[in-house]
Amino acid sequence: MTRLKDGIASGRLSATEYRDNFVDLHPPLDDHEAFVAADRCYFCHDAPCMTACPTSIDIPLFIREIATGNPLGSAKTIFRQNILGGMCARVCPTEQLCEEACVREAAEGKPVEIGRLQRYATDKAMAANAQFFGRAPSTGKRVAIVGAGPAGLACAHRLAMHGHAVEIFEAKKKSGGLNEYGIAAYKTVDGFARAEVDYVAAIGGIEIRNGKALGRDFSLADLTGEYDAVFLGMGLGGVNALEAKGEDADGVCDAVDFIADLRQAKNLGKLDIGRRVVVIGGGMTAIDAAIQSKLLGAEEVTICYRRGADAMKASRFEQELAAAKGVTIRHWLAPKKILSDKGKVEGIKLEYTEEKKGRLEMTGESLKLACDQVFKAIGQKLVADDLGDGAPALERGKIKVDDEGRTSLAGVWAGGDCSSTGDDLTVSAVAQGRDAAESINKSITGR
Amino acid sequence: MADLRSNFVGIKSPNPFWLASAPPTDKAYNVERAFKAGWGGVVWKTLGEEGPPVVNVNGPRYGAIWGADRRLLGLNNIELITDRDLYVNLREIKQVKKDWPDRAVVVSLMVPCEEESWKAILPLVEETGADGIELNFGCPHGMSERGMGAAVGQVPEYVEMVVRWCKANTRMPVITKLTPNITDIRKPARAAHAAGTDAVSLINTINSITSVNLDTFAPEPTIDGKGTHGGYCGPAVKPIALSMVSEIARDSECAGLPISAIGGITTWRDAAEFMAMGAGNVQVCTAVMTYGFKIVQEMISGLENWMDAKGHATLADFAGRAVPNVTDWQYLNLNYITKARIDQDKCIKCGRCYIACEDTSHQAITAMKDGQRHFEVQDNECVACNLCVDVCPVEGCITMERLEAGALDQRTGKKVSADYANWTTHPNNPMATEAAE
Repeated sequence: MTRLKDGIASGRLSATEYRDNFVDLHPPLDDHEAFVAADRCYFCHDAPCMTACPTSIDIPLFIREIATGNPLGSAKTIFRQNILGGMCARVCPTEQLCEEACVREAAEGKPVEIGRLQRYATDKAMAANAQFFGRAPSTGKRVAIVGAGPAGLACAHRLAMHGHAVEIFEAKKKSGGLNEYGIAAYKTVDGFARAEVDYVAAIGGIEIRNGKALGRDFSLADLTGEYDAVFLGMGLGGVNALEAKGEDADGVCDAVDFIADLRQAKNLGKLDIGRRVVVIGGGMTAIDAAIQSKLLGAEEVTICYRRGADAMKASRFEQELAAAKGVTIRHWLAPKKILSDKGKVEGIKLEYTEEKKGRLEMTGESLKLACDQVFKAIGQKLVADDLGDGAPALERGKIKVDDEGRTSLAGVWAGGDCSSTGDDLTVSAVAQGRDAAESINKSITGR
Repeated sequence: MADLRSNFVGIKSPNPFWLASAPPTDKAYNVERAFKAGWGGVVWKTLGEEGPPVVNVNGPRYGAIWGADRRLLGLNNIELITDRDLYVNLREIKQVKKDWPDRAVVVSLMVPCEEESWKAILPLVEETGADGIELNFGCPHGMSERGMGAAVGQVPEYVEMVVRWCKANTRMPVITKLTPNITDIRKPARAAHAAGTDAVSLINTINSITSVNLDTFAPEPTIDGKGTHGGYCGPAVKPIALSMVSEIARDSECAGLPISAIGGITTWRDAAEFMAMGAGNVQVCTAVMTYGFKIVQEMISGLENWMDAKGHATLADFAGRAVPNVTDWQYLNLNYITKARIDQDKCIKCGRCYIACEDTSHQAITAMKDGQRHFEVQDNECVACNLCVDVCPVEGCITMERLEAGALDQRTGKKVSADYANWTTHPNNPMATEAAE
């Protein structure tokens, strides 16, 4: 073993440690646990949890269905609003959404465990391969979707329900988007993302073409010419630069690539990780990269974020989880320069920041942290060039959409992270994909 | 410190908490554990006549219904009287009474409805030194098919007859246990009283089927595909028992008749309520079958602390205090006007008050204020039904507040009268009587 080897190395831990470190973060509820948890729900009127859910799942109803021994009815209630309810149950920041709004959070500081209950019901349905929705008679209409991530899949499923033929073009080898490539491994174990894609596609009428990238293998014009409607849900393919000197040194990596490699790895022991890791950023990607660095055996992992804890996009729960796993989170630090020796990272120089009248300013004070590896997790961006000539209008670097998901181009809709309404949440992407499908259906059927 | 000592028809016990005649009092082993835990007395599980004992089913004997978190709310049983040999029971009763002289030991009895049968068993019980007997006229299943238990309790003339036999043939106090499976509980109580019973105890269990198995379509508990009604007890039956106790306590023909209350008593508070409603002591079963004998410690300390806080030195200080406040509907004050009030600081905004009122009552609660989720009572619609209070999950969040005399009731547009006025004098009542000048 090379537990304390300097630099970047694989095999820092034993096979048992790798296995134990990457178990399910929130193990599934068993029947008894689910009944106890479900019994706590008050079946509120016009429930605040439901209002807080971007997909507006009827949470009191699905919990009551669990409590009364009807898990399949419960799953149908969930899937009716959110066909990716299984993944959302695992990855939603429930502490900022439904569970924060739960009246028992107000009453006792202990919300009903909505996320885990949702997982309980959806797992039961998926284990039974219970399909709740059929296809309407074929309309003869064809819709192209770019990206088989949460937005694209939700859009495809709803369009299939309406009887349209759907073709999804997915750049990656596997479908699922960030569910497959972008979420910490301990949140979605046992190939769940793959299983969910299969479950969604089982409705029929959805064809997924993997390895087909917009701007490389086809253009937007190709699609608008051939299909009755187009939905763009390809996410954000680019990564923001650090804008720190020496960024090209060996050992500076994109956190999204690291997370994707980890998700796809068959043997965690073969994954390289630094002995001392610094992660730059304050969102979920930063947290996921930092925690997983620690779980892969990094001795020291530090997140450096240029603002305070309250400004971090990662929830308080996620910040605490990182701290519990041994990650140090340092605030008010902006990267200035990557320090390297013979082209290899050996440290990072950061400058202290402060907020003055709402603006972030440099203080001139600096700090050097020794490290072997730096992960950049300061956000992703749309690769606008892929949209080619005649691209839809953008808004703050993303595709501008209205409240039905319509872009500035007739016949083209967009949703998820690539759209102006995207907010880096799986559940929001699902809602946008679903709602765009309703808009598309209305538009192409004239109803 | 409050004095919990109890003297019920001459039977003394260190506290008013007895275990009812039931599985927990079927043998010395259990009764000794109960006494060690602190129970003031027991009514030994019902003895039958000499000879081969009854047999019980060998499948499930109990069924149940549950509340949230599988809290047992109601229990149903199809167990019969003791299935142990009469003389084994008698020997154990004698030994237990000898070992625990300060505790009450009452023996429940059920023998065929013939004087000879009662004459035969009474001296055997007397010989044990037991403090009294309780006549089981309540058991609603099994034994009633054989002309005993509820089959006797449902016929006031039989009750009277058997009580007379017992009073004539023993010096022991006689407590007559009544079945609730009857239209008017006062009838058997009066019969027992007329025959000279020392007390009545009630309620015995209620005819019940707790559920139907939807795979086998058989009632639960199911014995080889069949089921039968059992006797229902536990917290769910408390309101029924409390009402029946009140009816006897208020009945002029039963005046002075001591009552031992039974029916869903689970906490010190339940016990205090029954005693305020006219019971001299209480008997408990389901609560110990759910939680074990230790709960008596909570009951003792709870009753003591409440009595101390209220200045009740002895049980007699609050005995029967609620009885005069039970009346007939027609005498309720129709000029007593209240309105629901929601404490916004306590409100957790679940909206259950709103939907209950909106869907099923008087549309007197609003759900929005200035675009915000906010629940407020509209006095012009509120009839003060109390449903919002009952469905609110937060205790004390919604209360009913009385409108002072002279205040405007916005619902009726009338000023609240300071006078007491009831249905008997109400103008809408065709039978109304003119108020005295």
